[in-house]
Amino acid sequence: MTLVAAITWQAIADGLGLGAIYALMAVGIGLVFGVLRLVNFAYGQLVMAGAFALAVAGERGWPQWAGILLCFGVVLTLSFLMERLVFRPLRAHSPAVMLVATFAVAFLLQSIALLWFGPLGKIATSLAELNQPVRIGDVDVRKITVVAIVTAVACLAALLLLLGRTSLGLHMRAAAMDFGTARLIGVDANRVIGAAVLVSGLLAGVVAVMLTVQTPLVTPDFALRDTIVVLAGVVLGGMNRLLTATLGGFAIGFVSGVLGYALPTDQSQYLPSFLFVAVILVLLVRPGGLFARGRDAAVQRV
Amino acid sequence: MRWQQLIGPAALVATAGIVGSFFERSTEIYFINSLVALCVVVGLYVFVGNSGVLSFGHVSFVAVGAWTAGVLTVPAEEKSALLPSLFPWLAERETGNVVSLLAAAAVGAAFAALIGLPLMRLSGLAAGIATFAVLEITHNVLRYYEKIGPGTSAFSSVPETTGLWQATIGGLVAVAVAFAYGRSRLGRLLRATREDSAAARAVGISVYRQRLWAFALSGAVAGFAGGLYVHLLPLTTEELYLNLTFLTLAMLVIGGVTSLWGAVVGALAVGGLDSFLAEAENGIGLAGQSLDLPAGSRIVVVGALMALVLIVRPSGLTGGREFRLPGPGAQAPR
Repeated sequence: MTLVAAITWQAIADGLGLGAIYALMAVGIGLVFGVLRLVNFAYGQLVMAGAFALAVAGERGWPQWAGILLCFGVVLTLSFLMERLVFRPLRAHSPAVMLVATFAVAFLLQSIALLWFGPLGKIATSLAELNQPVRIGDVDVRKITVVAIVTAVACLAALLLLLGRTSLGLHMRAAAMDFGTARLIGVDANRVIGAAVLVSGLLAGVVAVMLTVQTPLVTPDFALRDTIVVLAGVVLGGMNRLLTATLGGFAIGFVSGVLGYALPTDQSQYLPSFLFVAVILVLLVRPGGLFARGRDAAVQRV
Repeated sequence: MRWQQLIGPAALVATAGIVGSFFERSTEIYFINSLVALCVVVGLYVFVGNSGVLSFGHVSFVAVGAWTAGVLTVPAEEKSALLPSLFPWLAERETGNVVSLLAAAAVGAAFAALIGLPLMRLSGLAAGIATFAVLEITHNVLRYYEKIGPGTSAFSSVPETTGLWQATIGGLVAVAVAFAYGRSRLGRLLRATREDSAAARAVGISVYRQRLWAFALSGAVAGFAGGLYVHLLPLTTEELYLNLTFLTLAMLVIGGVTSLWGAVVGALAVGGLDSFLAEAENGIGLAGQSLDLPAGSRIVVVGALMALVLIVRPSGLTGGREFRLPGPGAQAPR
């Protein structure tokens, strides 16, 4: 079969790199979903804002560390504002209302970027050297692929420590299980939600840095495609638990990376359709997600 | 009189049409645009408003309707040049304006019913995500499948029959259909499931079946709107994607999701504001001051307005209530 032959180590390396980045985005979306039951459509626009920060810093000739610092500053500020101005007032409403609200925020941020930087966008070049290949065995791997995988693993390990070893992490896990009960036994709702949103913002910053290396052209719809795909992955994996959401994000990144590389264009152009058919099937047949254990709570249905 | 619930929205639509006719073509186009968007919003309202379930997928019915009406009305002799990969049985057909609109509504309804069969079992967040997935699939397929349409290029040579009159009549038809459905037994049953789904089920209403009816009907109205749209300007798949989804949802939310009056007010208010801002982006003189907004400010304003309405007044401008004439004879709502 030609498809199997076309899946080379090269394709697998690309898939792993993309999977690592998508896994981080999935964690960022999953963390906020855990405590707020809120699917953050605007997550990709956070990444976009960070990417523009990097591009602007590069344009002004700032050193790399300053650019990355600015990127994190912008993303964290936006996350904080989003939490205060939108998530907090809407917390008591239904998940559907919050979904529409984040949809509005996403469009707001995107059109502000359009207004500010124009439709053609900017090129972020400050970290371009990470695009150069290194040879591992007989495969040329771009440095960024290695960096992405290492960073993703490090971030996930740090997050595991935060969730498993600190009292804040304990509170967050408790809130994700049952927010009402967690509050009754003294978990501070504002603190937990604030922490989840900020950690998710930090991850958006990391993703922004790595995505701009992979695709240096930053436009107002930067990361929009990726967010939609990651959302699909999170649903496929199972959004009720962070682990399954992360696995879903990684899997969808890996699969689209490998297939995007291996399939001819006239087939790979329909890849999103298959992806979203899979999303619908999972929602219908196995609403807890592909990787969920059998008795995980299902979504509401009639 | 319950008829005021029809008269209010219908009068507003007719007024928009009449006011629009006093302007020259360059301004008139804004009225036509708003009226076509109104049809989409009314279609969206038929399902979302009556069922309380969110849908991000209605623009896919608009797209399917647009493709139907477009393919049917491109002159047969031009099809081999413009749409060379079309299925033969589509390439031979050529229909008139009204037939193409009816076909658009029928295909929209059939598509919605087919999708609704599995999807109407979902509600809440899952329904939102699944309908979004439908939008993605439809967009992806229409964009690349050239046997049923122009693919990535624009739909050219479709007769531009959607003028102000067609748009106004279309808006009135959509409003009348939504009103008739809302007054009907089916509409009342569905609203009962919205208010209290457990109680509705306890008196024997099938939530699934009622939602499916509404979904198909709203698919018909959305498909019809798509037909109007393709007769207005050369469409591409990108015009029938996230931006239109956002704009129509914003219109419905800002007006008030749970009433037809809200859908109509929201669509025309946001449509008016959006048109004004679009004009301001080109620079206009206003009361001696010149106003010149940078390109892209429209969506900033609409997005901010939508977020603001959701936070400050979640039931929308109309409070989600139907239109009611003031005065002593007026009955209490509901």
